[in-house]
Order: sequence, then C-alpha cells, then structure tokens
Amino acid sequence: MKFVDDFRDPQKAQVLLQKIQALVKRIELCRHRPVWIMEVCGGHTHTIFRYGLNKMLPEEVEFIHGPGCPVCVLPRGRVDDCIALAERSDVIMTTFGDAMRVTGSKGSLLQARAKGADVRMVYSPLDALQIARDHPNKEIVFLGLGFETTMPSTALTILQAQKEGIKNFSLFCNHITIIPTIRAVLDSPNLQLDAFLGPGHVSMVIGLAPYAFIAQQYGKPMAIAGFEPLDILQSVWMVLTQLAEGRCEVENQYQRVVPPQGNVQALQAIHRVYEGREFFEWRGLGSIDHSGVRIREEFAAFDAERKFQVPDVTIADPSSCQCGEVLTGAIKPNQCNVFGTSCTPEHPLGALMVSTEGACAAYYHYGWIDRNDIQPVNAPA
Amino acid sequence: MCLGIPGQIVEIHSEEDKVALVDVGDVRRQVNIMCIVDDEHPPASCVGDWVLVHVGFAMSRIDEAEATRTIELLAEMSDVQAKIEHGAIMPKQDTP
Repeated sequence: MKFVDDFRDPQKAQVLLQKIQALVKRIELCRHRPVWIMEVCGGHTHTIFRYGLNKMLPEEVEFIHGPGCPVCVLPRGRVDDCIALAERSDVIMTTFGDAMRVTGSKGSLLQARAKGADVRMVYSPLDALQIARDHPNKEIVFLGLGFETTMPSTALTILQAQKEGIKNFSLFCNHITIIPTIRAVLDSPNLQLDAFLGPGHVSMVIGLAPYAFIAQQYGKPMAIAGFEPLDILQSVWMVLTQLAEGRCEVENQYQRVVPPQGNVQALQAIHRVYEGREFFEWRGLGSIDHSGVRIREEFAAFDAERKFQVPDVTIADPSSCQCGEVLTGAIKPNQCNVFGTSCTPEHPLGALMVSTEGACAAYYHYGWIDRNDIQPVNAPA
Repeated sequence: MCLGIPGQIVEIHSEEDKVALVDVGDVRRQVNIMCIVDDEHPPASCVGDWVLVHVGFAMSRIDEAEATRTIELLAEMSDVQAKIEHGAIMPKQDTP
C-alpha cells in the first residue's frame, strides 16, 4: 500500500539500527544507564511490539510506554455510566470496537449487549448519526473518546446533527487532551525520562507549537513520529542525535502528514463544540487537571450527560492492578502481580490489557520473548 | 485509537456536505473531507489527492513530496552504509 510499504523496508530498518548503535556510543549518559524514551501514543506502543523494535534496538535504548491509549485510561465509573445508559430500553448505544471491551465494575458494553442491551459497533460517529436517522423513535448515544485526533470527528458529527435538526442523537463525551497529559507525566515525581516520541496523528490536528514547553521548560527532546516501523526508528535516531549533540527541540519526523500549524478547520470544530473540564479522572493515574473536555452549553441538546440522568459513579481501580505504575514506567507490564494470570486480553482486569494499543496487551501478544531469541531482519552474515 | 490509514480521493459525492469516495487499500468508502477543503482546495480540486483517513474523516492531506524526501533520506543512509561495508569509503570515527 502506498505510504505504508515504503516505511516497512527491512533493509532501511537495518541501516537505521546500525546508525542508532553507533550513536548511543556518543551519548554520555549511556555509559551509566539506558536512554529512556517515552512513546506517548498507544499506536506507537503497538508498532514497537508488533515489529519487535524494542528487541532490535541496542540495550542502551529503552521505551517507557506512555498513557496515550484513550480506551485504556477510561475509568471504570464512566464505563458503568455508559452501561446504565445502554440498558435503557429507548437507547441504542454506539461506539468504536475497542471501546466495547473495556470493563467497568459490572463488565463491558460487549457483555451488556450479551445480556440484551442494544449496543452497536460503528466505524465512525457519522455511522451512529445514520442510525439516528434510521431509528427516529430511539435515542442514539455515541460513546465518544480519544485525544485530539478523534475530537474533530465527534464535533463535526454534532454540528451535522444540529444542521439537520436531528433530535435523537447525543454524545457521551469522554475526550481527553494531550498537552495536560504530557505535563502530568513530566511532573510525576518518580519519573525519569530523557526524550519523547510525539503522537503523530494528534499532531496533525494540533500542530507543533503546543509541544514547545517540553523542550523549553523541561529540556526534553521530542520527535513527532509516524506509525510505521521506519518512522519509529528514524524518530528514535532523531531524539538520540539531539541528546548526542546536547540539543532539545521539537522535531517533526512525520512531515508527510503533520503540517507545522496542524489542521485549522479541525481545531475550529473542536473549539466550537467543546470546552475544558476542570478535572477528569483517568484509570490508573487518578485525576489530571484540565485533561478532559465537555460539550458547550450551546450544544447541550447533544450531550448525553445533560439529556439523561447519568449515574456519574466513581469506582476505584481493582487493588491488585498496577496499571498506574506501568503507565509511569515504574514497572514493566510483566512485573505486575496479575499480568498474564488474572489479567489477560480475554479477561482484562486492568485498563492496559483492554485495547491492543495498551502496553500490557501489546506485551502479552508480542513482548514475552527474550531479547536473545530475536535475530535482526536480514542481518549480515 | 488514533490510527489513520492513507487513501486516495476518487470521486466527490457531495460538494455541499463535503463527502467524497475514498479508495483505502482497494476498499472504497464515503469519507467526510470537511477538514481538508478550504478556499485554496475546493472539493472538486481534491480528486486524486492522498489523505489520511481516521474514523470516516480525512484529517490531513498527505504530502507526497515530503514522503519521497523521507524515503530518499533513508535510502541515502543505506547507500552510505553499503559503501562502508564494501570498503569504498571509510566510516567517520565516532568520538566519545
């Protein structure tokens, strides 16, 4: 496929790996410990594990898997709220496929469907709007979640519903924003990090400027990265080059998709429909100030939280779960007490096991192999 | 969640609603192109453009020249590496 296969070429990956190998020798801190690079986005986590990049890179480079999987960080109470809505006989609940599997205290939307609730998986919020047109006697609720990548799609769907005067469509808004999240990561007391791989698709919406504080105030290099293996390796090479040269800047590896200014129309739609929430609860991380958004008063008719009596419950994470420690890089997924035993992708206990982009699920599927078992692709004899 | 997939706009379905038919890996589906049209790029001019599709919306116009530049840069690295391996040029010594 165009723009995909070219960025999976094993020969070029090999060359990048050799360059990285040479580069780490020039980085002073690598003499004492590995360089810790956080990939913020769950999509990157998935690519890293799927292609075994963590095993191919030299031992001096370690990934810390960041909090950027919106499905994984959806708190249990919000899932319970969603199930309460789905159980209403007048409601058709709609959402993306991976959001159906995330569990609250009473199971997942998928399990609610098995018990008789009308829960439907859709590819786009526009598909949910079509269901609303097709079922005028039902209330269609879309469980909206995701960072700025996904926010324009739900905002534009609400604007479309308003334009058409559709009265039976509403959004259960669980969107979160990237910048307060990264700031919370940088401010967490026990975190040690040397550089970031920036989320490519969030950046195509918000542009590069919002990240400037990471380099300027926190002194950490960042490369906005694409999602193919060569994108990740080139981005690693870029931040390591910065470290070797003593620079810290926000660089853009994913220039084919990310314009420096972001997407103006998408940002306008976001700001038109959403406003910040003071607090938003994250699974495994607690509350992060200003990290969530809600629907503005003007669009209250499309806000499921205003339209229905949502229980608004708060439920603590299971005490055996160590998702928070994994999210901040304090432990590796397989060091968690319940990893692979009472918490598996089939029966996830913790959030990070739910989506294929969660660090624990990725680790479970691809990561349980010893570094020495892996042979580099097309290694020279 | 934030995954996107490249596709090529093959037809404009509705200029008013900004809906296009996009070919994504040989599967064609309707995609909203509201976020990538402006005065400079009216819908009719978008046929043939490559876009990044996320949950039914074209979220970015893919810059083919930039994609080529990235690949060329990586290919250049490979060439230099091959020459080093064949002894044609000496590698730069990495100073600690």
